[in-house]
Amino acid sequence: MADPMKIRANAVGDSTEVKVLMSHEMETGQRKDAQGKVIPAWFIQNVHVTHNDKVVLAAQWGTAVSKNPFMSFKFKGGAKGDKVKITWVDNHNDTRTDEATIA
Amino acid sequence: MPRTIRRIVAGIAAAAVFGGVVATALADSTADEIAKYRDALQDGNPAELWEARGEDMWKTPRGPKHVSFASCDLGLGAGVVKGAYAQLPRYFADAGRVMDLETRLLWCMTEQQGYTRADATKNVFGNGSAKRSDFEALAAYVTSQSQGVKMNVPLDEPHVHEMYALGEKMFFYRGGTHDFACATCHGEDGKRIRLQDLPNLTKVEGAQKAYTTWPAYRVSQGELRTFQWRLNDCFRQQRFPELVFGSDASIALTAYLAGRANGAEFQGPAIKR
Repeated sequence: MADPMKIRANAVGDSTEVKVLMSHEMETGQRKDAQGKVIPAWFIQNVHVTHNDKVVLAAQWGTAVSKNPFMSFKFKGGAKGDKVKITWVDNHNDTRTDEATIA
Repeated sequence: MPRTIRRIVAGIAAAAVFGGVVATALADSTADEIAKYRDALQDGNPAELWEARGEDMWKTPRGPKHVSFASCDLGLGAGVVKGAYAQLPRYFADAGRVMDLETRLLWCMTEQQGYTRADATKNVFGNGSAKRSDFEALAAYVTSQSQGVKMNVPLDEPHVHEMYALGEKMFFYRGGTHDFACATCHGEDGKRIRLQDLPNLTKVEGAQKAYTTWPAYRVSQGELRTFQWRLNDCFRQQRFPELVFGSDASIALTAYLAGRANGAEFQGPAIKR
């Protein structure tokens, strides 16, 4: 089971700014270990963000995204106290969902 | 200036203004560029992931004796974390030794939680999700609770003072296959390894800036590194014998550098290239 995400969501004017840190190895599949064997690719493929059950961001990621990724984005709307829910799914079909309240 | 170039320069300047970047678009030194890179990363420091894991670990009963760190005294009373790191290393009467943070955590694990030293020190420096270090997570959490606190290592205490003096001696001691001392790289302004400027630790400002920004998340390694790791890796680069985790030598050097940072605000866990 993956570690929880760190999510900060702040209402700024008429929009909401979301900053999220995810804990993930994000292996590219290009690296080799000490024995010279290729370390298999292992990365987040899909990121899905909803605000009160409405999708505000859907992204497809690849191996170019860094380890322990940081993502920051804004969407129109969102009031203090609303929930923002973020889900990622990696290529092992491992998934993690976390929720934050807009401050 | 030909018109096309002028237009490009204007474009870059405009982009810089829109991006809210104050520094000039065409910075002249690499150090400035690295500083900008650090600023850009500061906002989303993955050290927070270690802090969260460390906080959990701190509060959860663990080890054969099923004891949490609530009974672990970092110098300000059992379980007190706030501001504790700014006053380490210090002398602990129960252990009869001057200890830095990592050594004290190890002491709590072996004396209170019932781990053997071998078990507790299996992974002192982590490497990916398969080999995680408890120390790195705990250190991230504990040090984050000293953010903004002024460094105040109790140098008047005779045991600490002795360690400080020993650390100073070690800092200038030349040895190993390369006849290196810490001071060889860290005793003058403007020294660097490849592109990285090295802090001049013989100056108070240099020591303050360096000590108050460890532990740090190393982007190139994707790991959070503690001060014990920093010293260990310096020893490796100097081709010294390996620095034993929690040894008096490591604590003496830490006491020297932490003591020299006294008066500066602690800023860790930071983020570094």
